[in-house]
Amino acid sequence: MHGMINRAIQCFLRDTYGAQAWLDIAENADLGFENFEAMLSYPDQITLDVLGRAARHLHKPVETFLEDLGTYLVSHPNVEAIRRLLRFGGENFTEFLYSLNDLEGRAKLALPDLEVPTLSVESCGDGTFRLRCSSAMPGFGYAMVGVMRAMADDYGALVFLEHSGWMDSGEEVITINLLEVAYAEGRAFDLFGRIGDGL
Amino acid sequence: MKHATFDPTSVCALMPMGLIYDDDGIIQFVGPTLGKLRRADTLIGKTISEVFSVRDNGRGTGDGPVPLSTKLYLNFTSGISTPLKGMAIAIDGANLNILNLSFGISILDAVADYRLTSGDFAHTDLAIEMLYLVEAKSAVLEETKQLNARLQGAKVAAEEQAYTDTLTGLKNRRAMDYVLDRMLRGGVHFALMHLDLDYFKSVNDTLGHAAGDTVLQRVAKILLEETRGDDLVARVGGDEFVLVFNKFVDHDRLMRTASRIISRLEEPIPYQDTVCRISGSIGITTTEFYASPSADKMIHDADLALYGSKHEGRAQATLYDPDRHDGGMPEAQIAPSKR
Repeated sequence: MHGMINRAIQCFLRDTYGAQAWLDIAENADLGFENFEAMLSYPDQITLDVLGRAARHLHKPVETFLEDLGTYLVSHPNVEAIRRLLRFGGENFTEFLYSLNDLEGRAKLALPDLEVPTLSVESCGDGTFRLRCSSAMPGFGYAMVGVMRAMADDYGALVFLEHSGWMDSGEEVITINLLEVAYAEGRAFDLFGRIGDGL
Repeated sequence: MKHATFDPTSVCALMPMGLIYDDDGIIQFVGPTLGKLRRADTLIGKTISEVFSVRDNGRGTGDGPVPLSTKLYLNFTSGISTPLKGMAIAIDGANLNILNLSFGISILDAVADYRLTSGDFAHTDLAIEMLYLVEAKSAVLEETKQLNARLQGAKVAAEEQAYTDTLTGLKNRRAMDYVLDRMLRGGVHFALMHLDLDYFKSVNDTLGHAAGDTVLQRVAKILLEETRGDDLVARVGGDEFVLVFNKFVDHDRLMRTASRIISRLEEPIPYQDTVCRISGSIGITTTEFYASPSADKMIHDADLALYGSKHEGRAQATLYDPDRHDGGMPEAQIAPSKR
């Protein structure tokens, strides 16, 4: 798994549960180091070990843990860059949903080695959308639920989200009920923003 | 306002990826760049929905085959699908509509698939700047990746060096401290064996340092052969070694291992046209002796046991005994002497 993803997991644990919790988990997972490097690549098993140990250490189901991770990625000031990149998806939550179809391609433009899950969004009418998510990392759909929840807040949209299970192919399906596009104010977003602002 | 004439050529000069279709959805005119994706004569006369699958975000207007005035997502229905973005508007009173298209993120593939050149993009299109940025970024990223790989390799080598005794290839004291710390924090049971070579000084004094080095390398080989992959063998002083046996705390078996090591150390070691003879004294302790074991205490106690072995005439192993050794004077050895 790309160092960027491992690094994000580390930052989530550190910023949410404290530096010591991260060190304990790193030691439990037998990493042999204390910090992931964002620009290096690591075997997938390491990522799975860290996630498994973290969930156990925090006494949380892996699903809940991944959902919290997704929320963190969008809402924590330390990783503001991710929220900004996602906001490039569109001016409102509907456009953002459709932009997820392009997310993998956009990420590949920036970092060809980054294994981004393949996402596809389709409208089922009545403000209901279905997001399919296939990833090398099983359970990534739960992280996406967290991401979507936080992005809905960011746009000020009112949504009901549900992880609707797994397809035989391993794809995860998330159902999104968009109840109101402009329910609340949402957070401001300006296309112009120097990297580092707000960090 | 009345449109006297409508000139599709000039519209498509402005929008080389554009096309014009009538209210029934039949394609009438195709811009030059779009014509490079699919030949114009294969498009003209067909309906939009024959050529493209079109999706929008559900908020378009108009009754035609393509929602108007909204963001569209299109794919070719046959051949390379090439995802496109687009927007369509109606031309008032002309029974015609304009659909303008652009590549979005498919631009890199499209440039390769259709051999596009800078002349194929509208002068107002940022595609060339985009391609330039991607190219520049990829070059920089590649350099960074190579630098990272070099630095990582150097870091691993430096760490390995920092933990290795260069003469014997065994671990050094720093590595031992690190491993003990980890094992103790992890609550792993283990035995710690402190080995001090006997008669090594006389080898050094009579045959020289080169002979001494040969002996140390031979000792290292024996110790590695008598331990398992997840045990630790460290050279912690000139002729002092510490062995850490992972999850191995059975006293009898430890004593047998120690005896075997000593008897192997006593095998004559060839050096030039002579042989070197050494032996070893060993002190052993295990985590089982302590409610909360610490590295310092365990090394200290293994030392006490080692001192017991030396005191009893060397070439033997002694197991730490809290009752005897903490009392001060070491007492009888446990292992039978081999000499």
